[in-house]
Amino acid sequence: MRTIRIGSGAGYSGDRIEPAVELAEKGEIDYLVFECLGERTVALAQQARMKDPESGYDPLLEERMRAVLPLCAAKGIKIVTNMGAANPEAAAKKTAEIARSLGLSRLKIAAVVGDDVLDACKANDLPIMEFEGTIKQLGNKLLSANAYLGAEPMAEALRGGADVVITGRASDPALFLAPMIHAFGWAMDDWNLLGQGTVAGHLLECAGQITGGYFADPGYKDIPDLARLGFPIGEVGEDGALVVTKVPGSGGAVTAQTCKEQLLYEVHDPRQYFQPDVVADFSQVCVEEIAPDRVRVSGGRGAKRTGTLKVSVGYVDSFIGEGQMSYAGPGALARGRLALDVVRERLKLTGVSSSELRFDLIGVDALHGSQVSAQADEPYEVRLRVTGRTENLHEAVRIGNEVETLYTNGPAGGGGAWKAARDVVAVASVLLPRELAKPRVHFVEA
Amino acid sequence: MKLREIAHSRTGDKGNTSNISVIAYDAKHFPLLKEQVTAARVKAHFAGVVEGDVVRYELPNIAALNFVMSNALGGGVTRSLALDAHGKSLSSALLDLEITVASDSK
Repeated sequence: MRTIRIGSGAGYSGDRIEPAVELAEKGEIDYLVFECLGERTVALAQQARMKDPESGYDPLLEERMRAVLPLCAAKGIKIVTNMGAANPEAAAKKTAEIARSLGLSRLKIAAVVGDDVLDACKANDLPIMEFEGTIKQLGNKLLSANAYLGAEPMAEALRGGADVVITGRASDPALFLAPMIHAFGWAMDDWNLLGQGTVAGHLLECAGQITGGYFADPGYKDIPDLARLGFPIGEVGEDGALVVTKVPGSGGAVTAQTCKEQLLYEVHDPRQYFQPDVVADFSQVCVEEIAPDRVRVSGGRGAKRTGTLKVSVGYVDSFIGEGQMSYAGPGALARGRLALDVVRERLKLTGVSSSELRFDLIGVDALHGSQVSAQADEPYEVRLRVTGRTENLHEAVRIGNEVETLYTNGPAGGGGAWKAARDVVAVASVLLPRELAKPRVHFVEA
Repeated sequence: MKLREIAHSRTGDKGNTSNISVIAYDAKHFPLLKEQVTAARVKAHFAGVVEGDVVRYELPNIAALNFVMSNALGGGVTRSLALDAHGKSLSSALLDLEITVASDSK
């Protein structure tokens, strides 16, 4: 039976680059996938593109490509990534330019476009899933609308001989499913195979999160050599058989436990994991350690895909202002609480206009609120944090100011003031009839 | 004893919804998880954090439960005022849940 080895070189846009180089160097992989596109990244990238038509792709694209392209070209490893963000064509051009500057010629780079469905969403005035309202009601606050594309256009790019495939918004597991479809010729209506392939993609897409990253808990879940955490490799067979492993000699661990945690990560109903290519069913998945750092994962299934694609809609939501200040030593908690009361009252007295305010003591109740945290002992130091949502930047700035001025106007011994104000680009979703997204593949040669 | 002694957990986020897995270290404790880590208890445990419903899914093959909690992330990851906007630290709070165990099943 034929098997391919797919390495996962990034689990988010800012991820470490060294483990990806290690994968290309020692992982004996056929494909290297970089998942770098967070929920709102496309919206932010779209803003960048509006300012400069040649920008709008992942800011680490150049660094990543320079680090892995020579190795991948020498070994024939194909790269698949969503680092195109809001501008896959510019990312492909840039990658070709980098390849040439590294002395690599005849590399074929494909850009998958067509995830930008802003016009189709506007024309159909689709309802928003998270709150009451429609696309049109967002008015001039609407920034972007990008459909989660499936694996088909990426597989088409690989069929066309692409060495590097660069997409914008695509479903994360589809980045991994595309090489499987291409290598094995899986039919796009073989729902069980696509479901099992989605399990593989889902497990691999967060890179280090399945090799012991985001897992260690000393005394309970110990992970060897976390500092040199290696990234995962999925060995996928023609029939969907999957073994998750990692680069030999790297840090971390692949165990049944790491695989189970990642299997349920960001999953709601395990019987219905909606993907552009399939509705995957994780409920019957089995996980089995077959050797050190080798885990077999089987039992992924699937049902027919739906008629819609999920679209991520970026919009200007509001502004957020924030201030922080620390207190320590005897009575730190009481002084922190007094400071919060003072800021709360001053924001009222000075008429700062906000729709939502939040008062936290970091080290006491900032993460889980005062009810969940009620029984904890008093800490040696606390950090006050005040945040508020406002309609404009000016009001947001005033929130941080009321914290900073605690220096000379608040309780004793406050230190380390910090403040910030920023605009908030938020993301909501709509469902778009599938046929309204028209993905296309463009090739660039280095 | 604490849930932490028999299970591990990871939190994930989508929009304003948080999901928390609870996975038995040893499959023999799965019935205990099913019996005591109910959706109602999880909802009560996260008083002041989770404003919406808590739905529980069971995955017997991997001895795991998956809790899906709506209106749990301060209006959504991309706009929340919270320090931990993703709610990633919620799994650690859930492992603090008290579990009653008969002395012979431990």
